[in-house]
Amino acid sequence: MLENYLPVLIFLVIGFGFGAFMMALGFILGPRRPDSEKLSPYECGFEAFEDSRMKFDVRFYLVAILFIIFDLEIAFLFPWAVVLREIGMFGFVAMVIFLALLVVGFIYEWKKGALQWE
Amino acid sequence: MIELLQSLLQWLPESLQVLAIILIKIVVILAPLLVAVAYLTYAERKIIGYMQIRIGPNRVGFFGHSLWGLGQPIADAVKLMFKEIVIPSGADKFLFIVAPMLSMGPALAAWAVIPFGDELILADVNASLLYVLALTSLGVYGVIIAGWASNSKYAFLGAMRSAAQIVSYEIAMGFALVGVLMAAGSINLGEIVQAQSGGFWTWFMVPLAPLFVIYFISGVAETNRAPFDVAEGESEIVAGFHVEYSGITFAVFFLAEYANMILVAMLTALMFMGGWLSPFQGLPVVGDTFLAAPSLIWLLAKASIFLFLFLWFRATFPRYRYDQIMRLGWKVFIPLTIVWLMVVGAVIMAGGIGPWLH
Repeated sequence: MLENYLPVLIFLVIGFGFGAFMMALGFILGPRRPDSEKLSPYECGFEAFEDSRMKFDVRFYLVAILFIIFDLEIAFLFPWAVVLREIGMFGFVAMVIFLALLVVGFIYEWKKGALQWE
Repeated sequence: MIELLQSLLQWLPESLQVLAIILIKIVVILAPLLVAVAYLTYAERKIIGYMQIRIGPNRVGFFGHSLWGLGQPIADAVKLMFKEIVIPSGADKFLFIVAPMLSMGPALAAWAVIPFGDELILADVNASLLYVLALTSLGVYGVIIAGWASNSKYAFLGAMRSAAQIVSYEIAMGFALVGVLMAAGSINLGEIVQAQSGGFWTWFMVPLAPLFVIYFISGVAETNRAPFDVAEGESEIVAGFHVEYSGITFAVFFLAEYANMILVAMLTALMFMGGWLSPFQGLPVVGDTFLAAPSLIWLLAKASIFLFLFLWFRATFPRYRYDQIMRLGWKVFIPLTIVWLMVVGAVIMAGGIGPWLH
């Protein structure tokens, strides 16, 4: 079974290798004539006022946290969905309860305004 | 074909033979894929051109003939290769160079497990759908690392937006996949296609219609395509996360985006439109003729329909506002998919309805 994964591994190496190869080609073939104006960060012709690693909206962080919860849930659902017919009614009801608990949390974050972007 | 190859490679040691055959198979997948990526950019410019009553590229051809501009993608690639790569002075050099590879690698490597026919598959692993989901999720690293490493405000904003958007739509996408797994009872893409055989009415796009629509729209959002292209948003943040990338580094991002588009189109065709199964299968008029036979051509035709939709969307819809994108992802798609999963589960428990969900 595991030997089926050998082509996957080789394909991964080739996939990343192809990206590296393209980049190397660009570095070899392209000219390199840097000057300080060219290398300054692009800001519509202005000098950059401040460092660009600035403060950002906390909601991006919130989305990341919510994503982890839901993505884990999907990871739980995957094996369940495959064997649903074998585990029958018991498995189905168990997952309905699990999802119901999650929906309660989802409604809570919705009402709290965590999903609100104005 | 494989036997012929094996006989030709007799002189190699056993382990190298296996390796050589795998490498040849990978080239057989990758070469048409890269040509398809190149000509998808051409098709995009041509189709959107005609939709806007323009002609699109029509000059660059081969050997002095313009040939409707068919040489354009190759000329573009060569041009980008010979351009200077500018690495901004404030950038994190290592991450800046690694980021394009990080988006290119997964976009190509996901093709390792895509089946093109009953036996036409490179790696027939039994968790292929899980592998595809994992690799498409990896693509977000390229975007966010590119935005961070550039040390430019536009790139940073683009990366934040893009990461939050991709992550949000991935949940809806994952739920839609769970529906497919429930209907097929397998996580192997080949078996998912087999589970849809019978006729076009047994394709999963019928019993899983809402999940089908949600999956494809999420796919458009995942690849940062219009109308969900706020990450690039030319008119607001110039080009988003790849504003500082030039020459081939930009081209690699571009190639990855188009390879991902083809991947999403292919997966939608495989999971919801019966893959390589014929749309005429099971129809009494056609019977057992060649029209009803499964074939690679059907798969490519179905994938082309979705690729055309990608381009059509871009020509038709204005860009969504960011709060609208997040609302659609979290407040419409996620509740809808959860409800439909329950419906599908209940129908399977009841033993199916008509020809569906047994």
